[in-house]
Amino acid sequence: MEDYKQTKGRIFDIQKFSIHDGDGIRTIVFLKGCVLRCRWCCNPESQEYTIQTMTVAGEPKIIGRDVTVEEVMKTVEQDRPYYYRSGGGLTLSGGESLCQPQFARDLLRAAREMGINTAMESMGCAKYEVIESILPYLDHYLLDIKHMNPAKHKEFTGRSNELMLENAKKIAASGQTRLSIRIPVIPTFNDTVEEIRAIAVYAKELQNRYAKEPCNIEKIHLLPYHRLGQDKYEGLGREYLMKDILPPGTEHMEKLRQAASQASGLVCQIGG
Amino acid sequence: MGLYQYEITDIKKTERIDRLIANLFAKMPEIESARARLITESYKETENEPVIMRRAKAFAHILENIPIIIRDDELVVGSSTIAPRGCQTYPEFSYEWLEAEFDTVAARSADPFYISEEAKREIREADRYWKGKTTSELATAYMEPETLTAMEHNMFTPGNYFYNGVGHVTVQYEKVLAIGYEGIRAQAQELLAKCDMGDGNYARKARFLQAVIISCDAVINYANRYAALAKELAGQCKDAARRAELLQISENCSKVPAKGAESFYEACQSFWFVQQLLQLESSGHSISPGRFDQYMYPYYEADRKKGTLTKEFAQELIDCIWVKLNDLNKCRDAASAEGFAGYSLFQNLIAGGQNGDGVDVTNDLSFMTIQASMHVQLPQPSFSVRVWNGTPHEFLIKAAELTRTGVGLPAYYNDEVIIPALINRGLTLKDAREYNIIGCVEPQKAGKTEGWHDAAFFNMCRPMELVFSQGKDKGVQVGVVTKPVEEMKEFEEFYDAYKEQMNYMIKLLVNADNAIDVAHAQRCPLPFLSCMVDDCMNRGLSVQEGGAIYNFTGPQGFGVANMADALYAIKTLVFDEHKATLKEFKEAMATNYGKGLTREMVGDMTAQIATGLKAAGQTIGEKEIAAIMKTVIETSEMPAVKENGERLLKLIGEVPKFGNDIPEVDAFARDVAYTYTRPLQEYKNPRGGIFQAGLYPVSANVPLGAQTGATPDGRLAGTPVADGVSPSAGKDVNGPTAAANSVARLDHYIASNGTLFNQKFHPSALSGREGLEKFVALIRAYFDQKGSHMQFNVVSRETLLDAQKNPDKYKHLVVRVAGYSALFTTLSRSLQDDIINRTEQGFGA
Repeated sequence: MEDYKQTKGRIFDIQKFSIHDGDGIRTIVFLKGCVLRCRWCCNPESQEYTIQTMTVAGEPKIIGRDVTVEEVMKTVEQDRPYYYRSGGGLTLSGGESLCQPQFARDLLRAAREMGINTAMESMGCAKYEVIESILPYLDHYLLDIKHMNPAKHKEFTGRSNELMLENAKKIAASGQTRLSIRIPVIPTFNDTVEEIRAIAVYAKELQNRYAKEPCNIEKIHLLPYHRLGQDKYEGLGREYLMKDILPPGTEHMEKLRQAASQASGLVCQIGG
Repeated sequence: MGLYQYEITDIKKTERIDRLIANLFAKMPEIESARARLITESYKETENEPVIMRRAKAFAHILENIPIIIRDDELVVGSSTIAPRGCQTYPEFSYEWLEAEFDTVAARSADPFYISEEAKREIREADRYWKGKTTSELATAYMEPETLTAMEHNMFTPGNYFYNGVGHVTVQYEKVLAIGYEGIRAQAQELLAKCDMGDGNYARKARFLQAVIISCDAVINYANRYAALAKELAGQCKDAARRAELLQISENCSKVPAKGAESFYEACQSFWFVQQLLQLESSGHSISPGRFDQYMYPYYEADRKKGTLTKEFAQELIDCIWVKLNDLNKCRDAASAEGFAGYSLFQNLIAGGQNGDGVDVTNDLSFMTIQASMHVQLPQPSFSVRVWNGTPHEFLIKAAELTRTGVGLPAYYNDEVIIPALINRGLTLKDAREYNIIGCVEPQKAGKTEGWHDAAFFNMCRPMELVFSQGKDKGVQVGVVTKPVEEMKEFEEFYDAYKEQMNYMIKLLVNADNAIDVAHAQRCPLPFLSCMVDDCMNRGLSVQEGGAIYNFTGPQGFGVANMADALYAIKTLVFDEHKATLKEFKEAMATNYGKGLTREMVGDMTAQIATGLKAAGQTIGEKEIAAIMKTVIETSEMPAVKENGERLLKLIGEVPKFGNDIPEVDAFARDVAYTYTRPLQEYKNPRGGIFQAGLYPVSANVPLGAQTGATPDGRLAGTPVADGVSPSAGKDVNGPTAAANSVARLDHYIASNGTLFNQKFHPSALSGREGLEKFVALIRAYFDQKGSHMQFNVVSRETLLDAQKNPDKYKHLVVRVAGYSALFTTLSRSLQDDIINRTEQGFGA
């Protein structure tokens, strides 16, 4: 049955030659719609599921289009020579891909079928059954963990973190996918050594108590905050709440990396 | 020994190298007069002798008398000028341009040269002899009037060889290293002894071989002068270490290149005299050392085995040669200097690749040559690497590290395309496998080829302009009279008219090149060069006269992307969708899409109208000219004109462009490239070889773009034409992989004189080992799809600042940050500043 290739979904971008989002050279498909509203989000046009108009470089641009799995895969297929040489493939990003569970699953399934490696950047913010339906087609889960404190998590992202943390354990225990933890390092939110260390300790616990081959926690990525999404807020007529926040310095990032590395005993790197 | 079979060690740069570089660049390069004076003296003494003897005797006279110098700290010696990075002049090719620029050459922006009043006087004095005797004058006399007209109208520019020596060759360095010039001299003598006075070609062959003997003696004598000078300097030297160095230099020079080299150090010195003196003989650029890592390796390996050479000293010697390659220089006329900006001599040196049996021969020296380019961070040598499916991964990673330094080197070449492309041109499999690169991107088999690469710049946009004017340019019939565009009913009619204009211009180009070729053979055959290219000695012919085994002429076309986009836009908008007419295109192009006329356009159109009126019998004075000019400007500014321009630009903007991985458009571009590459290969040159196309512009796409009117791809008048086979600037918006996929869809095999594909990268794309791995994968994947060449600019802060100012040029500029989607040029100023700061920090995103 080829039916799943006709599954429709809503995306806002397909970006080739992405090199910080999983192994090798990858094509990212950005799915539209998100459950969280992170203040620092660099893709605010991803948050709403509805199709929007955003001003880009002075021109109105329609953000969001409905496409079938087959249409997306045609574009993904174009860079196969690069996946082949680099060990790259398809990465789903967003938004939160799990908001379109069937579309996300069928994209990953189609890639698998075509022999293309699959990865997904996600917070794991959905019922576990949704994640479970996706895992058989996923090679590499790039799982965001932003903060260990539920209240602070809620304050900055709009939702508490219990579901996501619980899902992290289940993903690790599933034995169905490789797993990396990604921590966006956001000044005023989680950029102290203590806060990063807390996440690292959780990652260690995931590794030691839950992880089942091949779900070893491969790496912790510390992704330094950047304000490259700022224009998009203006383009969407929204206020950017992080205007005065400066990106963390190189030295500070290195300090956090060392702290995370010590606390988790895992390989930690700055950047994706 | 580690994981790999190579001894890869990052040897530190010595302080000597820094000092050599500092001395070399301490002041503005200078033009010296010694050679002009000496060649003229010699020529006056040899009137009526065979030209090959005159050349050899002049070469000997120059080498006997030209001032010599050993610069501080040098380990490898031999300088053609007393001033660092100075140049001599070569009046036998052309001289008028230099005299005309005597007083401006020091002040010009591209590649200025200082010249003393004394030098001006001496050169002027020498030049008087050369009136009517240059290759340039003879070439002009050989050209047809319509060819000269086309050149006057900038349809193509064979400037390189029209005004200078040819260069563009790699000789048998290995032969000199092995047997020295005494050995070559002995071969010449032996051949001479076998010649019979009764042979039909005796006269020519005997004189040629005698010229070779004179040239070999001249070079041995020149090296001996250096041996004596070094000894003399050693006598005066108070520093014991330097004294020992000078004595070693003296010993080296008294042995090589007369005899075969017996150590790596001697091989380095011997190599250098060959490289330096080839340029002093002929003034050509792109005299390319080629596979240095191959022919030097036996000497390196032997010394290492004997334990007489440390890796550190070997690296220092290689670094010294790298610096010396920047000591050679050449003064070009002001216009050419802009096309070749950067004092570049394009001495291409290539590492890695296969031997004649198809075995990978990357060795320790291959790695050390990369290291040398990292050490010196200078434009010479034009450093290249060969890549094939069997290339060791670590070698490419090391090359990528050099790319990451931002020096714009190395260029990467694909054996998997170039070898079959050369076989298709008649090389044997073995010879093709041993290819190296000449100049920018041109492949050839060293020591067997006179490739005449870089034979002309052919601007593919100009014939398109002629289609709209029925072959007229500035009122003069330059091209073919094709049907008025207003009457064309089918796209094929239009495309055929373009092909007709192309075919005609290609024929004129061939006429120009062949005229110049004959002039070089008759006035400037080169005996010294010829004794290191097979099969000149056996045939008794110089390379200029057809002595080489493989003979080609390779003029390079550029503007493929513009013409692909232009023809596709016309097909789509005029013939498929009927949204515009050719008449509207014609008007929009004539008025630069309503974006204001350039001064040149106003002048051209005024001249055109005035010529028309004169032909109709009207008298045209200054007053009338002023009135025409006013009308031209006013017409171009009329609202209707501006509106038509705007509308067309918008429509053109919506048509898909080459460079975005759209198979239909790319297939179209492939066909458009054939309009140049296919007709050209049908032509022959006077040396018994054929023409073969290249698709690359050096940097001429900028100055020659300035002479090109608006084109139907929406390109405005006077702006640069697309670079090489790369997409038009700012038209590829889907990132580097999409652009590479499109470019790979061109036929790189038929463009066997080389294609050039440039990409720009933000340094974060190459950060860390992971970045290097992905970068290498990108090259591999492009080469899998049969691209031929790839070169990278890692963007600097300056580039990003320029992108802020000129976003349209940089729409392709990709900045990748994890999980983030945007193009650099769509960001606001302050966010672009963030990225610029990240560039400086080298922040892996």
